[in-house]
Amino acid sequence: MEVVVAIIVGVLFAVGIYLILTQDLLRIVLGTSLLTHAVHLLLMAMAMLKTGDAPLLGRDAEKFVDPLPQALILTSIVINFGVTAFFLVLSYRAYQKLETTDMDRMRSESSRHRGKKGGRRS
Amino acid sequence: MSKGSDIFLQNVSKVVVFIVLAFALYLFFTGHSSPGGGFIAGLMSAGALLLLALAYDIETVRKVVPVDFKLVTAAGLLIALCTGSGALFFGEPFLKHAFGYFDLPLLGKTELHTALIFDLGVYLAVVGVTMTILLTIGEDN
Amino acid sequence: MNNWVAAPLLIPLFTAVLLIFLHNKLALQRWISLLSALLNAGVSVILMIQVRSNGIQTLNMSGWAPPYGIVLVADMFAVLLVLSAAIVSACCFWYSFRGIDEERERHYFYSLVHFMLAGVNGSFLTGDLFNLFVCFELMLMSSYALIVLGGTKRQFRETLHYILINVLSSTLFVASVAYLYGAVGTLNLAHLSQRIGELGPSGPITVVSALLLVVFSVKAGLFLFFWLPGSYGAPPAAISALFGALLTKVGMYALIRAFTLVFYHETTVIHTLIGIMGVATILLGGFGAVSQTNVNRILGYNVIASIGFISLALAVSNEDALKGAVFYLVHDMIVKALLFLLAGILVAETGTERINRMGGVLTHSPLLAWMFFIASLAVVGIPPLSGFPGKLLIVQGSLESGQYVLAAAGVLLTLLLLYSLIKIFILGFWGKPRRPREMKWKQPRKLLLSSAPLMLLIVLLGVFAEPVMPYMQRAADILTDPSIYIQAVLKE
Repeated sequence: MEVVVAIIVGVLFAVGIYLILTQDLLRIVLGTSLLTHAVHLLLMAMAMLKTGDAPLLGRDAEKFVDPLPQALILTSIVINFGVTAFFLVLSYRAYQKLETTDMDRMRSESSRHRGKKGGRRS
Repeated sequence: MSKGSDIFLQNVSKVVVFIVLAFALYLFFTGHSSPGGGFIAGLMSAGALLLLALAYDIETVRKVVPVDFKLVTAAGLLIALCTGSGALFFGEPFLKHAFGYFDLPLLGKTELHTALIFDLGVYLAVVGVTMTILLTIGEDN
Repeated sequence: MNNWVAAPLLIPLFTAVLLIFLHNKLALQRWISLLSALLNAGVSVILMIQVRSNGIQTLNMSGWAPPYGIVLVADMFAVLLVLSAAIVSACCFWYSFRGIDEERERHYFYSLVHFMLAGVNGSFLTGDLFNLFVCFELMLMSSYALIVLGGTKRQFRETLHYILINVLSSTLFVASVAYLYGAVGTLNLAHLSQRIGELGPSGPITVVSALLLVVFSVKAGLFLFFWLPGSYGAPPAAISALFGALLTKVGMYALIRAFTLVFYHETTVIHTLIGIMGVATILLGGFGAVSQTNVNRILGYNVIASIGFISLALAVSNEDALKGAVFYLVHDMIVKALLFLLAGILVAETGTERINRMGGVLTHSPLLAWMFFIASLAVVGIPPLSGFPGKLLIVQGSLESGQYVLAAAGVLLTLLLLYSLIKIFILGFWGKPRRPREMKWKQPRKLLLSSAPLMLLIVLLGVFAEPVMPYMQRAADILTDPSIYIQAVLKE
């Protein structure tokens, strides 16, 4: 089971990094989101994928699962939710202001702003 | 999104919104020792409001819930913080929770926690943040 | 158990939430912000006295004992930084009474700064690796919003870069937390240190520590600083001052904490790497500062170069160097805030950020000119000012360990920074006065008053370095002997 998860984590990491390296802002946001999912899976897999009862007093079970990684993942998901939401809103606003979602064109506009040659065709 | 875009969606959502909200309420209270809790209940409620916004439009949501969602977030944070700091006045460490058993009418003997109040804060904060984001993006079309 | 430890976290959080409700009452917001920052400074002084007389103070949040629950730890190092952060933020609030436009103030500027301060203080005080991540995120989220506040094109571009870099490094942070939890089975810093000591040096631990080094270096601007000069220059001066003073220092604090408390058993690989990165940062940051003509960018590179300098102490990790690092961190927080604030006034006076279009500010505002001059001398480390003792101790520490290259880099840094700042002085303050095209604020000179406390502080910290030194010594003791920290956390 760990091996399968490890492969999934690897694939997610690869896809996430590929998306981040593209030029479109929306894809970059999706890429960061995928990367964090990969990391959450990694966190779960690193704490061993065990089956057992919830670690509460009074449960009569042989094995209990470790609650800490789940707590960490939940916290991380919440944080990621906030960051991604903010990133999306910001990208949308940036799109309204700069009228492009292409990172290269944003940059060429900024270098034109500095008085240098744009370099890329627009 | 024009107003009255889909009559089917509108009529279904009139019912479904309440089912979703009821389920959110259930999740909120069951959260103490089972899957659920303030965060997921908050997302659920925000989802219900989003459904309203999709079926009708943002203005309808504004009319149905006429509050400033930024203030809802702030209120939620304030409730959570106050609950956490309440422990300071009893000489307990920060965030320590208290509980007791009370005889409530209808429900009988019930276990009540200060953690529930904290969760209420989380719930409000999540609803507030999510709705603020949705309204910010959805506002200008 | 001591609930005072949570106060530097709680005060800014409460203030931030309160200010959301008051976002239309500007005057009230300003005064509450200032009062809250001063209250925080007062609480930090109380904490500092407690730490001095009773040793390290801890708080097990919600009553869970250390390896299981989250613990807040106030040792001398953390408390000194919390105190400096409170003082710096108070001055920045005072400055923003005039220095920030009302539009920004209405859009939750003060709330966001308070949220950021809560994150900063939390990062200083936490004794748990994952909690450190959470506090980092709190701090970063507010800083994203602060950079973009105002919404000019330049701010949008810089914020997008800034967010992307930080999201990536946060992802790596969680990944290294995952690996560490898998390898050692705990996340409490003291417990981590103990467990790693028991397991002995091993490959995986070194790899994880390298991963953490990358993460914290991105936050601190150590070597991986390419995002810093642009994004610190985009927002107005009060915000840049807070960023330059606090954010990179939090990263540096995390580096020092991680590599003196947790990963100190095996020093050959990582500490050498830190030394190389430090020297590279000094060179790149120093030459970057020299080559720029934009005031904010020069200061941005100055921030980077100082981070490189502090990391030299970490590479050496002996008592003198670490004592110097604590002193220099405190000094650097204050002086960087001061420089950014003064640069903000300079830009307001001249109407441009480019030093080759300025000139002659000395004639119409001599006070600003001389304050800037003294601040520059403090950065460089001229004896009666606060930059000197820290710098001396770090260079002395590297000489003691026979790291002559590091010491030479430290001295070279002094020359480069001197040149870059004097360049601002020569081009901006000397020469023919040019009238500003338009004045942004009515009386920018009144802003000088708000940076005066910082000015006073760098002079006092330099002159009375001797009485302050025992505090730095206490902080350095914990850094050189982690068992003090471990016992204080795990014994209770």
